[in-house]
Amino acid sequence: MHLQRADNHIWRKAKSGLASTVAFLSALLVIAPLGLVFFHLLENGASSVNWDFFTKLPTPVGVAGGGMVNAIVGSLKLLALAAAIGIPVGVLGGVYLAEYGSAQVNSLLRFVADVLNGVPSITWGVVVYGLVVLRFKGFSAYAGGLALGLIMIPLIIRTTEEVILLVPNGYREAALALGVSRWKTIVHVVMKTASKGIITGILLALARVGGETAPLLFTAFGNRFWNHNLAEPIAALPLQIFTYAISPYDDWHRQAWAGALVLVTGIFCVNVLVRILTRGRTASVV
Amino acid sequence: MVNLLMATPDPTVVEHVDRNAESTPTPQPAPSWTFQVKNLSVWYGEKRVIDDMTLDVASNAVTAIIGPSGCGKSTFLRCLNRMHELVPKTRVEGTVLLQGDDLYSSTVDPAIVRRRVGMVFQKSNPFPTMSIGENVVIGLRLNGVRNQKFLNERLEKSLRMAALWDEVKDDLHKPGTSLSGGQQQRLCIARALAVEPEVLLMDEPCSALDPIATAKIEELIHELKADYTIVTVTHNMQQAGRVSDYTAFVYLGRLIEFGPTTKIFTNPSQRQTEDYITGRFG
Repeated sequence: MHLQRADNHIWRKAKSGLASTVAFLSALLVIAPLGLVFFHLLENGASSVNWDFFTKLPTPVGVAGGGMVNAIVGSLKLLALAAAIGIPVGVLGGVYLAEYGSAQVNSLLRFVADVLNGVPSITWGVVVYGLVVLRFKGFSAYAGGLALGLIMIPLIIRTTEEVILLVPNGYREAALALGVSRWKTIVHVVMKTASKGIITGILLALARVGGETAPLLFTAFGNRFWNHNLAEPIAALPLQIFTYAISPYDDWHRQAWAGALVLVTGIFCVNVLVRILTRGRTASVV
Repeated sequence: MVNLLMATPDPTVVEHVDRNAESTPTPQPAPSWTFQVKNLSVWYGEKRVIDDMTLDVASNAVTAIIGPSGCGKSTFLRCLNRMHELVPKTRVEGTVLLQGDDLYSSTVDPAIVRRRVGMVFQKSNPFPTMSIGENVVIGLRLNGVRNQKFLNERLEKSLRMAALWDEVKDDLHKPGTSLSGGQQQRLCIARALAVEPEVLLMDEPCSALDPIATAKIEELIHELKADYTIVTVTHNMQQAGRVSDYTAFVYLGRLIEFGPTTKIFTNPSQRQTEDYITGRFG
């Protein structure tokens, strides 16, 4: 008798079906943009991605051909500058949060880092514009690298802290019980155990700032030629895409599509690298 | 007491040792006692976990600390190499003398204390990023020893002392975590022995091991006491009876009874000790 269907069985079935359909559509909505963006980029940009794109400088308006080699190299230089600022400060900050400091100070620092992670990236550009560009009277690669580095710091702080906290206390105790100093324990045991996680955090932060455009508008500024002086304006892939995309020339539009495709592919590759790095995570604790 | 580590050319180490020697006005003669603990009390915040414990730990012997969970026996053990300081808001009163040196004197560096007083933990914890060989010599290496020949000699000697050499000598490059549980615990013992401490503290070293691995560690403890003073915490009373020369029964942070193991187990003078040993509580 208790196994008989309830009176509202059909209605309940319908509600359940409706709920799973809505959930499935929401999931599809999340994934769809990635597919759409990538196929759109392929459709419009693939034809313009060729050897010239990676090896030639931009041509003057009206002259066919040319590439974005200066922007690609410029982006790499900016990322190197950003890494030089963001990695040491971010990693050491994360170590401080996880291993040192009092509970009150740390919760304040954590809160500040979270707020900074939410600050719109153009704000960093304006800040660096005020602090560096105005003072030294000129746009420069240094200013661009600083803006990107400042964005990286709170990102790396939080990921580093999280993976260091995952290292079991037994390893710290084991090292300290051998008479190893606190600092050496942290560097040679704790950070070494968490190194995959720390590197993952760094790569994700680099991927994030690699596509930033807004903070570079006020700092690196961009140009159309080779520049080997870091104190001068420097081209960057996102900036070049921006400039070309808002131009009125079809030729430049095609190049912008190609640049966007290259940028997205690069960031995609970094993310794949992160997946490969984190695959062994369960095996080696962190 | 010539610790090889202290003979390494590390000026800070030498300086600390000298200062310790000077700061002890009357050097304790006849070091048949490795530790002399007087009126030791420990607080975690407001909570008093060790209450006025006084006992002497004999050299080249095994002293077992027994008692029910939470009675403070692990805390007591950690006070012997200042590892309890890793817990914030701990406070210690009383004195602990190691061969006459006051461990809690303000000039003492806890790292030096831990080089003289090694420790093995309940859960084996070889470093997961290091090979078997690296695990053994890491203490020496991080304390500044660079001489590869010396490290290799010490590697073999420590593994032999921990009765692990024959099992791992061809696999020294393999990860330390690839060993079995019992082997990992012996690797941790080898790692502790490599820095040549005077004392080995063991915090329930067999509680996570099967009976065969436990028997091996117990045999090892028996052999090691020729060269080391050993203090071990155990839940297992049969184990205390088998391996130790002296037994301390701790209950609610107090030392209830302390004496030769045979006496504690056959003719305890305190009612509580008898009740605990016969399994009436705890």
